[in-house]
Amino acid sequence: MAEVQFRFRDDEPVADPGVTVDAFGDQTNAAAVRLEPGDDARDLLPHLARIKLVEVNFPVFGDGRGYSSARILREAGYTGELRAVGELLVDQLAYMRRCGFDAFAPDSALDPADAKAAFDRYGEVYQPTTDGRAPIWAKRHAGTANG
Amino acid sequence: MYQYDTYDQAMVDTRVEEFRDQVRRRLEGHITEDQFKPLRLMNGLYLQLHAYMLRVAVPYGTLSGAQMRMLGDIADKYDRGYGHFTTRQNIQYNWIKLEEAADILADLATVEMHAIQTSGNCIRNTTSDQYAGAAADEIVDPRPYAELIRQWSTFHPEFSFLPRKFKMAVIASDTDRAAMRLHDIGIQIVKSAAGEIGAAFYVGGGMGRTPMIAPCINEFVPIDQMITYSEAALRVYNRHGRRDNKYKARIKILVHELGKDEYTRQVEAEFAHLLTQNIEPPLAELERIKGFFADPAFEVGVPDEVDRSDPDFALWVDNNCVPHKQPGYIAVTISLKPVGGIPGDATGEQIRVMADLAARYSFDELRVTHTQNIVLAHVKKADLYALWQVLDANGLSTPNLDQIGDIIACPGLDYCSLANARSIPIAQKISQRFAGREQEIGELKLKISGCINACGHHHAGHIGILGVDRKGTENYQLSLGGCEGADTSLGQITGPGFDEEGIVDAVQRATDFYLANKQDSERFLDTYRRLGMAPFKEAIYG
Amino acid sequence: MKILTGNDLKSGAVVWWDGVQWSLHVEDAVDVGDHADTILARESAARRVNAAYAIEAVRDEHGVRPGHIKERIRALGPTVRPDLTLKPADPEAGNWVI
Repeated sequence: MAEVQFRFRDDEPVADPGVTVDAFGDQTNAAAVRLEPGDDARDLLPHLARIKLVEVNFPVFGDGRGYSSARILREAGYTGELRAVGELLVDQLAYMRRCGFDAFAPDSALDPADAKAAFDRYGEVYQPTTDGRAPIWAKRHAGTANG
Repeated sequence: MYQYDTYDQAMVDTRVEEFRDQVRRRLEGHITEDQFKPLRLMNGLYLQLHAYMLRVAVPYGTLSGAQMRMLGDIADKYDRGYGHFTTRQNIQYNWIKLEEAADILADLATVEMHAIQTSGNCIRNTTSDQYAGAAADEIVDPRPYAELIRQWSTFHPEFSFLPRKFKMAVIASDTDRAAMRLHDIGIQIVKSAAGEIGAAFYVGGGMGRTPMIAPCINEFVPIDQMITYSEAALRVYNRHGRRDNKYKARIKILVHELGKDEYTRQVEAEFAHLLTQNIEPPLAELERIKGFFADPAFEVGVPDEVDRSDPDFALWVDNNCVPHKQPGYIAVTISLKPVGGIPGDATGEQIRVMADLAARYSFDELRVTHTQNIVLAHVKKADLYALWQVLDANGLSTPNLDQIGDIIACPGLDYCSLANARSIPIAQKISQRFAGREQEIGELKLKISGCINACGHHHAGHIGILGVDRKGTENYQLSLGGCEGADTSLGQITGPGFDEEGIVDAVQRATDFYLANKQDSERFLDTYRRLGMAPFKEAIYG
Repeated sequence: MKILTGNDLKSGAVVWWDGVQWSLHVEDAVDVGDHADTILARESAARRVNAAYAIEAVRDEHGVRPGHIKERIRALGPTVRPDLTLKPADPEAGNWVI
């Protein structure tokens, strides 16, 4: 299991490796689960209360299904750790963060300075997600109805 | 037209620096080419046959004079004195140095332009009707809706690593001038019987090796839910689109394999969920954007007649100008298809001339069309002759809109690393062969692609030509009966392919047969649809 | 013969392996025999070339001729813009491609 290189949470990390989605349903004491790109994140929704860690695997950086998995979990109210693992590139970190990932365990460690620059680069965003950042349109219409 | 505020400007400025940093990391060896490639592609930078190529976004095809002038200057400063306008209403430069790419982006940013998402497996530049704001048949100007989509799709965190590229088009009239149903998502802005504005969603169209006409999956999405519905359509695609085979990864394959009904059901379920997430910009934002697209200050009471005493001018007016919603005005198409020329190419000087003409005669605004021409949308009829004289002096007055010489052609094997055969020489030979006969032949949309990816839209050509590699030599397949627009249809292949000379002869046999058999005022396409493939095939192959 | 081509990483210019370095001219290309993979790996890792690959070619009285039209166009330049090719003064240059 690759090391967590970046983590944006204060709670104690879950040490257990995530079990597969199939196994998770039966192992009622498991608190960590691992989502592969083809897994349906919505299968986890009935169990969110007992999940402390979801690892979302990116076996290749070009497979973007994990971004949707992350948002689906956050939109459903999941507040535990959401960890991106696998082939993660520096230039993907900000997108992942916006989709709800708050921990990153890349197969190959990333340059810390490059990563920090990537996380911090864009001060404004066009789209709302569950990360709490106000989209540009909300700032433009702050104070107006429906804004 | 739309103007950036400090937020929009900060986005493109930040992007310039991000890309400069990405190039630095590549040149210093921190990232491999495999890792860099998707990054540069998401900024429109390809490695083509001879050099890097940069594709610059022209959102919904609309440009200011200052933006157009910058495009001309970039052609001279960083390229070899010309640019190529594309079927996606963008412009691309063929001789770019990686070391200079960020500097070009910095120059573009000074005029509110960029190359964001002009390639890559993400949401590309949204295209629209080149006569938006001028067309008499539109219910609203579609461009504010396209701008709303531009902002939503820019750096979308969930949809930047889709199974494949994703192209959207927005129109707002029943006459489709943007090939809307041949897009991944085509949106037609519509008005309900109650007078409410909404968006009809057509999903799963496309060209490429498996051309499909998009079915309508929702005839009326309320306009204040358009972004949410788009997000739902994209999320279903991002999760379930095929990733095992790049040739089956476009959304058209997903819609086809799931079936329209099942895909629609999944989108509607996702839509219902996303409606709870408050991701839709408020109507106030749409209203803000609409403010930029208000009608320009048309003069009233200006002459509605055109002096046609110069026959060359009169011919050009008849061929290249279309009616305008405002009396006394007309919409002008500047053909970038001179006889024997390279379709869509313009020199830096020509680009600046068009920019100046826009400033002088068309409220400082231009459009790029998906047929690789330029439109001045709001020209006073009283200015038309003066405008034409300048165009004529600069090789820009070819009177051939929608005729056989107005060919769409991809760059083909002369420039493109994906191509199997050259496209441009075929276009040049055809336009030379038929020079002087365009009027007799009338409307005939001829489109040429140099490979199965169909960037030259050959499936949608009344006459389509597809270049293929046959044992190392260029070979050309002919198809007939394609059409974009309200009556969208896909061309059918006539039979065995031809060599370079043979394909030009075959096109001539097809047009000769048409002229000999047309009834009344039938266009080529009408005669083909009436008679079918068999007699054309007979005429072509003997 | 087997020759190597790619693009200069910084400028994007089409280049050919001449046995020592990368040349702009296909005439300089040398037969790399069985060493293609070794040279490609080394030169790519050193970031002297981008997207390089090996192709078949023949040497005839005019020099080195790549086996496929794609690389012949790469060697010359766009056939529709002879002024931008490596042989702008030779009106017959385009025929070599076909």
